[in-house]
Amino acid sequence: MKAKTKRTAAKKRNGVSPAPGKRYDLRLYVAGQTPKSLAAFANLKELCDLYLRGKYRIEVIDLIKKPQLAKDDQIIAIPTLVRRMPQPIRKIIGDLCDTKRTLIGLDLSETDGNGSHD
Amino acid sequence: MNDLTAYGVNAPWDIFLFSRQNSFLVATNDMSRKKTTSRNRLLPKSPTGITGLDEITAGGLPKGRPTLVCGSAGCGKSMLGVEFLVRGATQFNEPGVLMTFEELPEDVIKNARSLGFDIDNLIAKKKLFVDYVRVERNEIQETGEYDLEGIFVRLNYAIEAIGAKRVVLDTIETLFSGLTNAAILRAELRRLFNWLKEKGVTAIITGEKGEGNLTRNGLEEYVSDCVILLDHRVIDQVSTRRLRIVKYRGSTHATNEYPFLIDENGFSVLPISSLGLSHDVSTERISTGVPRLDAMLGGKGFYRGSSVLISGTAGTGKSSFAAHMVDAASRRGERSLYFAFEESPQQITRNMRSIGLNIEPWVKKGLLQFHASRPTLYGLETHLAVMHKQVRDFKPRVVVIDPISNLINSGSTNEVRSMLLRLVDFLKSQQITAFFTSLSSPDMKSLEQTDVGISSIMDTWLLLRDIELGGERNRGLYVLKSRGMAHSNQIREFILSDNGIDLRDVYVGPEGVLTGSMRLAQEARAKAEKVSRQMEIHSKKRQLARKRAALDAQIAALRAEFEQEETEISKVLNQENELVQQQRIDEVTMSRSRQADKTPVPRNGQ
Repeated sequence: MKAKTKRTAAKKRNGVSPAPGKRYDLRLYVAGQTPKSLAAFANLKELCDLYLRGKYRIEVIDLIKKPQLAKDDQIIAIPTLVRRMPQPIRKIIGDLCDTKRTLIGLDLSETDGNGSHD
Repeated sequence: MNDLTAYGVNAPWDIFLFSRQNSFLVATNDMSRKKTTSRNRLLPKSPTGITGLDEITAGGLPKGRPTLVCGSAGCGKSMLGVEFLVRGATQFNEPGVLMTFEELPEDVIKNARSLGFDIDNLIAKKKLFVDYVRVERNEIQETGEYDLEGIFVRLNYAIEAIGAKRVVLDTIETLFSGLTNAAILRAELRRLFNWLKEKGVTAIITGEKGEGNLTRNGLEEYVSDCVILLDHRVIDQVSTRRLRIVKYRGSTHATNEYPFLIDENGFSVLPISSLGLSHDVSTERISTGVPRLDAMLGGKGFYRGSSVLISGTAGTGKSSFAAHMVDAASRRGERSLYFAFEESPQQITRNMRSIGLNIEPWVKKGLLQFHASRPTLYGLETHLAVMHKQVRDFKPRVVVIDPISNLINSGSTNEVRSMLLRLVDFLKSQQITAFFTSLSSPDMKSLEQTDVGISSIMDTWLLLRDIELGGERNRGLYVLKSRGMAHSNQIREFILSDNGIDLRDVYVGPEGVLTGSMRLAQEARAKAEKVSRQMEIHSKKRQLARKRAALDAQIAALRAEFEQEETEISKVLNQENELVQQQRIDEVTMSRSRQADKTPVPRNGQ
């Protein structure tokens, strides 16, 4: 973690510091095409394109079709965004309308100068 | 960003989907309900299989509806839920889902194993599904709108996977600490409980007790069909578990607080108190184990199934009477249960041996069981619950509680009274003869008063008392009351001898009953009197005999004198006769010699 933060501090852009060289493996859990889920997906897509261009992968899991997956990732709320990679796993619930909070949730927080976070 | 129309979404499909499913379920539910209600049937119920709980709920929890079980930490909510599922799966063939929010599944399994439930096996057989929902506030970031569909999906998946009929959510309130948006939570919980209802599963939802509320987050607002409150109260450092049905819509139920136990066999609630006075009575009589006491009680002893109180001051022999009773029962081949609150079983056995009563063989034979505990070990209600359970397990014909006065100290008079009433009612309904001993204070005036509170529920009351007389303390016994039989009104003295209890004859003196050495003195006096009277008769008889002997002797002497005279006279007469004869002979001889006229000579004596 320490090594990573040193590197990220150098490459921060717009105050947002994605882990360099790492792919962001994101999972969005939804249950059918609800407005909230659709909103979440749209918000996520927009955010990723802005900050994580080319470094992310979004997997949308519809729990109506695969309910057994809810147990493994401890899903209680819909929609839930799970950051599976990089570790540690982080979860954000809601339609992701608040970009700032979403970034904090994804550990892409806007740093306040010294670049330390987590 | 929130503009849905931008994405061309107008209809919330998932909600639509669910509501369609829901309406279908509602329809089937209504149909099944109509079927049953058309015959004026009560609300369909789902038996819990938990001892006592089904009795006070008149059949179990409302079928197909959620029930709220609330209580403070450690009151046994989770245990109740787990047992509900396990018994459902094993006894009623209703598979169940446990959704736990607090305990890890491994812990649930471990805890349940301590109650003798093999959850692993049930899970393997698809009779039970355990889903652990972890809610960690610091792992979750909330942004914007969300719902709890995840829980719905998981629950639905679990229910479908094993065809569950029962669901336990333990404790769903954890969500309130994990998620910040209370408005969403409340709306979602309401939806969840409705959904459970429409699913037709019988559910238990547990909730932690809050300040002034049944649950911390007001779950009772959403679950309104049946609410059970568990309580774990500590009064004077003694804890008692209690259960109360706060509400049961559409059904009669018992409203009191009932004590309950959690032991190695799981949950058990005490349904007693609603028994009333409708129990059967027996005319059979059983021996008290003391023959002369039987004689005092109309010659036959106690009625079977009656309640007997034996009260007295310290050291009056209450336990000895109890031991006799138990011994007699064992001799008849009946089982008896002895609750000792003062002495250990070993001590009782030893002490009874000193009065020639060996009860140890009965213990070994399994006819007698001791259950010794300190009254302060737990509260009254728990004592009652323990006794209830023991009686149910052992099925005795005679129960001894020695003494109840110690229990009185662990509660207020009212509590004790109600507890004893319940105990007596229960034992009576089982046709079990109950023998209570009670220690009364040595103050003579209150001897009868202390027991007034409980005496009215007793059928037979024996009072033991110390009788202080002539510088001694002796034991007296009398039958204060004995319903339905002619009984002796005497005060009897009794002695604890090597051969057990020995009731003595009564000596009533000017100062009342004579006891101890005064009685012995009286006995001796009476004996002496008797002896002296006998001696007098004897001497009179001898005197008479002597008189008769003297008279006889006198008569004999006179006769002897007379005989002597008689012989002398007859001697003289003989001599005279001989003289006359001689004379005649002489005359003859003379005449012969003179050759006188021949005269015939009488041949006298020749």
